[in-house]
Amino acid sequence: MKVTITVNGTTHQSDVEPRTLLVQYVRESLGLTGTNIGCDTSSCGACSLHLNGESVKSCTVLAVQADGGTVTTIEGLAKDGVMHPMQQAFMENHGLQCGYCTPGMVMAAISLLDENPSPTEEQVRIGLEGNLCRCTGYHNIIKSVLACANNK
Amino acid sequence: MGGSILGNRVLRKEDPKFLTTGGVYVDDLLSEPALVGALHVTYVRSTVAHGNITAIDTSDAASMPGIVVVLTGKDLGLEPVPSAFNPAATRTLLAIEKVRYVGEPIVAIVSNTREQGEDAIDAVIIDYDVLPALIDLEEAMASSTLLYEACGSNVVFDSMVLGLPDNTGDAYFADCEVVVKGRYLNQRVAPCPLEVRGAAAAWGKDGRLTEWLSTQHAQGAVAPLAAANGVDPSMVHVKTPDVGGGFGAKIGAYPEELLLGVIAKRVGKPVRWRETRSESMVGLGHGRAQLQYVTIGGKRDGTVTHYQLWAIQDSGGWVDMGTILAPFMTRPMSSGVYAIPNIECRTTSVVTNTTPTVAYRGAGRPEATAAIERAMDMFALEIGIDAVEVRRKNLIPKFMTPHTTVVGQTYDVGDYETSLNKVLDAADYKGWRAKQKAARDSRAAKQIGIGVSVYVEITGGVGNGESAKVEVLDNGHALIYTGTSPHGQGHATSWAMLANEQTGIPIENIELVWGDTDLVPIGTGTMGSRSLQQGGNAVFAVAAELVNKAKSVAARLLEASEEDIVLDKDSASFHVAGTPAVAKTWADLAMAEKQSGGLVHSDVINVSGATFPFGAHVAVVEVDVETGKVTHIAHTACDDAGKVLNPMLLEGQIHGGVAQGVAQALLEEVCYDPDGNPITSNLADYAFISAAELPSVTVVHMETPTPINLIGAKGIGESGTIGSTPAVQSAVIDAVSQFGVKHIDMPTTAEKVWAAIQSAR
Repeated sequence: MKVTITVNGTTHQSDVEPRTLLVQYVRESLGLTGTNIGCDTSSCGACSLHLNGESVKSCTVLAVQADGGTVTTIEGLAKDGVMHPMQQAFMENHGLQCGYCTPGMVMAAISLLDENPSPTEEQVRIGLEGNLCRCTGYHNIIKSVLACANNK
Repeated sequence: MGGSILGNRVLRKEDPKFLTTGGVYVDDLLSEPALVGALHVTYVRSTVAHGNITAIDTSDAASMPGIVVVLTGKDLGLEPVPSAFNPAATRTLLAIEKVRYVGEPIVAIVSNTREQGEDAIDAVIIDYDVLPALIDLEEAMASSTLLYEACGSNVVFDSMVLGLPDNTGDAYFADCEVVVKGRYLNQRVAPCPLEVRGAAAAWGKDGRLTEWLSTQHAQGAVAPLAAANGVDPSMVHVKTPDVGGGFGAKIGAYPEELLLGVIAKRVGKPVRWRETRSESMVGLGHGRAQLQYVTIGGKRDGTVTHYQLWAIQDSGGWVDMGTILAPFMTRPMSSGVYAIPNIECRTTSVVTNTTPTVAYRGAGRPEATAAIERAMDMFALEIGIDAVEVRRKNLIPKFMTPHTTVVGQTYDVGDYETSLNKVLDAADYKGWRAKQKAARDSRAAKQIGIGVSVYVEITGGVGNGESAKVEVLDNGHALIYTGTSPHGQGHATSWAMLANEQTGIPIENIELVWGDTDLVPIGTGTMGSRSLQQGGNAVFAVAAELVNKAKSVAARLLEASEEDIVLDKDSASFHVAGTPAVAKTWADLAMAEKQSGGLVHSDVINVSGATFPFGAHVAVVEVDVETGKVTHIAHTACDDAGKVLNPMLLEGQIHGGVAQGVAQALLEEVCYDPDGNPITSNLADYAFISAAELPSVTVVHMETPTPINLIGAKGIGESGTIGSTPAVQSAVIDAVSQFGVKHIDMPTTAEKVWAAIQSAR
């Protein structure tokens, strides 16, 4: 099926199988491998990216559902070599270790602050419940998100 | 600029890449030239827990779209391979005659795309003659149905074969005023690195095999890969891309990985493999899975005089590393932090029809700590003295020279009481006891529980040292080659800090090379919290030696005597003492040495033994006594890992370790139905801990350097896990002990807590 999807500011016209997931599309068709796959039950959130400005688990969206839409992946966040404030906050607060959950976590965290610019710690914890991390114990992820919120 | 950066919160060099384009994990190697045109391998796994294979029909699958070939173990001519830990147990890398757990690989499908391979799985027809499934450890010990007939028993390893005595039973406690018994299940859990297993294999024109592997130990994979592929180890090249977590489960190479070269040779093309999470939950090794019979005895004043542990270790369906963790990790640490004069510990490892067990964060030490800490709690409860005071009374006093416990394990240095005092203060232990009393007095629906653990563990027990090479390039930048294998620990930053300390070369000009067996042939990888104290130590020593080499070069160039050459670390340049204006930079020296092999030094630096980090944790939970629901509301950890190189990284290791330890205490358990069907085989069913179930962690710093290595560092990767689990379990039981509850097995789910309250009332 033919789809037109704008990813990180570039519009792509592609032919995809109906069953192709959005995460497969960005990874395999576009080579944007920053978005990772961590499970097969939409539980881990490693594949989180932005579709039309909102965080989605891209393993739960078909590429054809994104037809006509706008996608931002981790590769599209930094502008002119300057990291997005959330990326910067993760770096400064050691919010990542192995890095595998990180792109999805950053994308979900940005979306969280878009909805609630001044969350409490508990709101961040609940808001990121669908993004799993095995390395950090979440402590510094929560700290990163709160730091980013406070710097705005 | 100026001065040492050791001990500072230096941000990670590796982060910008992970944060902007993402790491390059094995499944991201889309543009790797050697893997262009690679086919995909998909494994068909056993759907029964125990059975003899009577027929395999691959014909339908082979004719499906995009399928290149479908291969059985017979097609590949696979021969039985013995276990390294009990050679009587043998298996083929794809099951041919018998399957022993759900998830065991039987057939390899090779396809043009991954989806085509997955589509063909259901078209492979495998007939089984089903055998009784042995899931329960004690049932497996007693059963006449054997997983490995040649072993003559389902007991595949016992500490008694090491010449160690059996436990003597109740007679051991004849002189004790108080004796308490317990049966504790240290339940089976899944390591769950966020990146599942994956690998790729390609044969070069030179006849060498290159395998890209998501591993914690590339060098360790060379020999098994060579054996599986029937080539000399010199013909195997392992490359480690970024690795998305391991936690012990990615130490050893698995059948699915070992076979890729064989399959690539068969099809004449490179191949890739990446499992799904559902496969990973049954195919990647599990952790813990130890049943413990514990007896503790002593005096009514709180003095513990006798302790007896029988640890029955579940090996799962293969005799893998999990088998030997009980005898070689749990047993030596059975005394914990206590000066108990009489200890007996027997370990018995048993095969069952479950996923094989391997090392998982802590690997045998969490089990030892959980057993003794639970026993201390039960002993304290029995004599009616606060569990903290019972612990304090029995602690090994501070020692700054080696101390050997009655089980024969020698600890380097320890100051357990200080760590206990520090954590109690920081956690406001007394304040929480007052809040607990108020909640009890008011019969509130939400009761408070407080748990304390004190632990000591063993780190750097794997390997006697590590290789390091430091090379200075023409531009004055440095490359460090290390035998460790970072997958989140931040070695690129830490090793650069250590090299900077010796050479003055700024850390932004130092890059790390690891996990490539051609570039780093000697290495023991990252496991057992060994990396800094062995790998970092080696970098530190080798960089110092390189400075000496550089001084001799500088002496030649400056026409001075070597003893008069000084290194100014601030400017990263060498000059004759007293004349700093005439200096030679690292780049100058590297250029000068270009024709004679370069400015480089490499060595394997030995260390004299393991180190024994220790600490204490306080956990506070709230338990809804009407529903049994537990909320973990506060956690304070004092983990003494000796000299701290980078407190930010240290804290990160503690936070992550604590979360995994808490996960075991509260939530996570791998479960099987009576027929051996896994019922927690994806992340929707397995209770992987999330941010919503954890509090922030208060970290209390304490540094007691070890004399074992140059840096004074001990391991920190596993401490948080070891200390947190018993503290949290204890807190949950403490919250409901007022109702007469003495023990609840982990995970302390709402269902179990509620049931415990009901049966005690």
